[in-house]
Amino acid sequence: MKNATAGTLESGDILINIGPGEGLQVNLQSSVAAQFGRQIKAVITDTLEGLGIKDACVEAIDKGALDCTIRARVTAAAVRATGKDVWKD
Amino acid sequence: MMFVPGNNPGMMADAHIYGPDSIMLDLEDSVTMAEKDAARLLVHNALKTIDYGKTEMVVRINPLNTPYGKKDVEAVVKAGVDVIRMPKTETADEVRELEAEILKVETEIGRVGETRIMAAIESALGIVNAYAIATASPRMMGIALGAEDYSANLKTNRTPGGAELLLAREQIVVAARAAGICCFDTVYSNLDDMETFRKEVELIKTLGFDGKSIINPRQIEVVNEVFTPTEKEINKARAVVAAIKEAQAKGSGVIAVNGKMVDRPVVLRAERTIALAVAAGVISEEEAL
Repeated sequence: MKNATAGTLESGDILINIGPGEGLQVNLQSSVAAQFGRQIKAVITDTLEGLGIKDACVEAIDKGALDCTIRARVTAAAVRATGKDVWKD
Repeated sequence: MMFVPGNNPGMMADAHIYGPDSIMLDLEDSVTMAEKDAARLLVHNALKTIDYGKTEMVVRINPLNTPYGKKDVEAVVKAGVDVIRMPKTETADEVRELEAEILKVETEIGRVGETRIMAAIESALGIVNAYAIATASPRMMGIALGAEDYSANLKTNRTPGGAELLLAREQIVVAARAAGICCFDTVYSNLDDMETFRKEVELIKTLGFDGKSIINPRQIEVVNEVFTPTEKEINKARAVVAAIKEAQAKGSGVIAVNGKMVDRPVVLRAERTIALAVAAGVISEEEAL
């Protein structure tokens, strides 16, 4: 796995940086961390586990992203980091 | 039909709040090549998760002859998109190629026949082949004009009056009507000139288009105002439909309403007026009966 990034710092988005790590480590910055931090981290780890990734270090800066956006950005960063696409062809 | 960039999650989450009839999430021109993969994932996850209500969901994919097109088809069909908008369509074979790709994915997920196709026509060759494109597949639900590429292909520029688009617009309406599908006009991108925009919407309604592509929620109101029948038009249409029903019950084919003969074309126009009024929410379906 190499380092890779996906997402932006625009409102409604989340910036995900993923790189090598031991186990799944998630560092989150979010203005709603107190209320939703646990859920955001759970979406990030669930998405990575769904992709078969057990070891990675994730830096996330959330700007109010929906769960579907978090899943999309984490997947995009993971695909860029591993080179394994989720689509055929 | 409101265009929304496929790599902007904020806009994608809010677009339906403004009440467009359909939303077109764009994976093509509004997304840079470096972000095609991320936009595809965003659109896939948004379609699967966000409740867009009754809004028709359309995705403009990249052409199949690019490295992105087939993956776009897989991603949006698996997410249950209503309509795939095919850009820069020039021949019926291109539609059939897309149809085969859709069927492949639909068969894999057990959802055969659910995905419809809209073809955007954006070149002189596409306009020449408009009817063949419109009838290329039973999945075809509409054809649309893409005026920027079309004008460039014609070696001309877009003008406020739209003289350069007249043949293309008429050809698209005629081809769509002959094929029995819908037709949609191109976008108008100057948001500061709502007066010219309104004139353009009035023009394309007169030409026979079913709707207008828009790029901003501010344009929805104008399109709805132009396409929504007035109370007078609705009352006239209802009188025609009521009179023809009464005549049919009596076994008579030709009738008169307010001293004017009413025959089949008049009835068809009246029925369309009522259908538009229902679609615009001016009258309920029960009131239309």
